[in-house]
Amino acid sequence: MPQIFKRPTSLKDVQTHFCSGCHHGTIHRLVAEAMDEFGVQGRAIGIASVGCSVFLYSYFDIDVVEAPHGRAPAVATGVKRARPGSFVFTYQGDGDLAAIGTSEIIHAANRGEDITVIFVNNTTYGMTGGQMAPTTMVGQRTSTSPYGRMKEKDGAPLRMAELLAQLEGVSFSARVAVNSPRNLMDAKKQIKTAFRYQVEGKGFSFIEALSACPTNWGMKPLQANERVGTELCDYFRLGVYKNIMEL
Amino acid sequence: MPRILIEETRCKGCGLCTIACPRNLIILSERINNQGYTPAQFANDEKCSGCALCAEMCPDVAIEVYR
Ligand SMILES: Cc1ncc(C[n+]2csc(CCOP(=O)(O)OP(=O)(O)O)c2C)c(N)n1
Ligand code: SF4
Ligand code: SF4
Ligand code: SF4
Repeated sequence: MPQIFKRPTSLKDVQTHFCSGCHHGTIHRLVAEAMDEFGVQGRAIGIASVGCSVFLYSYFDIDVVEAPHGRAPAVATGVKRARPGSFVFTYQGDGDLAAIGTSEIIHAANRGEDITVIFVNNTTYGMTGGQMAPTTMVGQRTSTSPYGRMKEKDGAPLRMAELLAQLEGVSFSARVAVNSPRNLMDAKKQIKTAFRYQVEGKGFSFIEALSACPTNWGMKPLQANERVGTELCDYFRLGVYKNIMEL
Repeated sequence: MPRILIEETRCKGCGLCTIACPRNLIILSERINNQGYTPAQFANDEKCSGCALCAEMCPDVAIEVYR
């Protein structure tokens, strides 16, 4: 009987360190599938960030550069300019991209660098023990917002997919989720479109993937998965915010 | 007949496959695996359509589907 679902070749056959129910694993797989589909594994260079996804080089069967915290888009810029024939993507958490790395992401996007950014928004700093991030929901309790995020003091959660879509240098920006088969199928499609932009040399593409962090949310995996579909999707609306060439 | 294969040692017992299956064919077992989780188990292999939704949802790529 033919095997109709198997591990993508760009993803190493190893066990990950991610917690039970963490969506990083799912998002890794979708990125690997898209690389397989475009046949770019041999020329792909991933830029890892600092956070729970720091071990990109252990999980993807491609070349990887590990960037200092928040600096992945700057490193990706250098790699892509030095090797224009390569396929370059960053993979960054929300603490990495939307806090310490805000400057790097905005300027790389504004310059329209020919790279793809995979931004994993789990509304917290996962690796360091669940501190408040710029994307933390109003009212969400974290280790640094024990009474819940307060809009008056902390501002409202940043919507990066919308924010970056406004920049002229950005060709494609979309927000996806992997909490249900339906959202996951759409996420696959959008990740492939983002990659298509780069494969065709058509500029900067951005994917924001909503992601569950059961451990730091203090939830069981199924509960955390549910929260993505309800609370998160309600504020961080899924959709395509920019697609200049309608690819 | 379509079927799935759950690689128990890779499973982290998150249960996402159990809610993904439109036919409710997967449950979490009561056994403890090598990682300390209770792995998913194919509860009924006769009704599987091979739709692969369980495998799609698995964060640990622990499910293979044959059809
Ligand atoms: C320059 C610097 N500052 C702070 C840290 C500590 N640190 C490690 S991971 C991290 C945040 C990770 O959160 P996020 O980017 O949201 O990724 P996640 O772990 O949630 O996937 C921080 C602040 C560091 N490693 N380097
Ligand atoms: S701490 Fe959160 S983001 Fe990190 S591996 Fe665990 S669930 Fe995933
Ligand atoms: S392949 Fe489809 S029907 Fe079969 S167990 Fe998985 S989700 Fe259920
Ligand atoms: S989704 Fe994967 S890891 Fe989670 S219970 Fe099912 S087989 Fe195990």
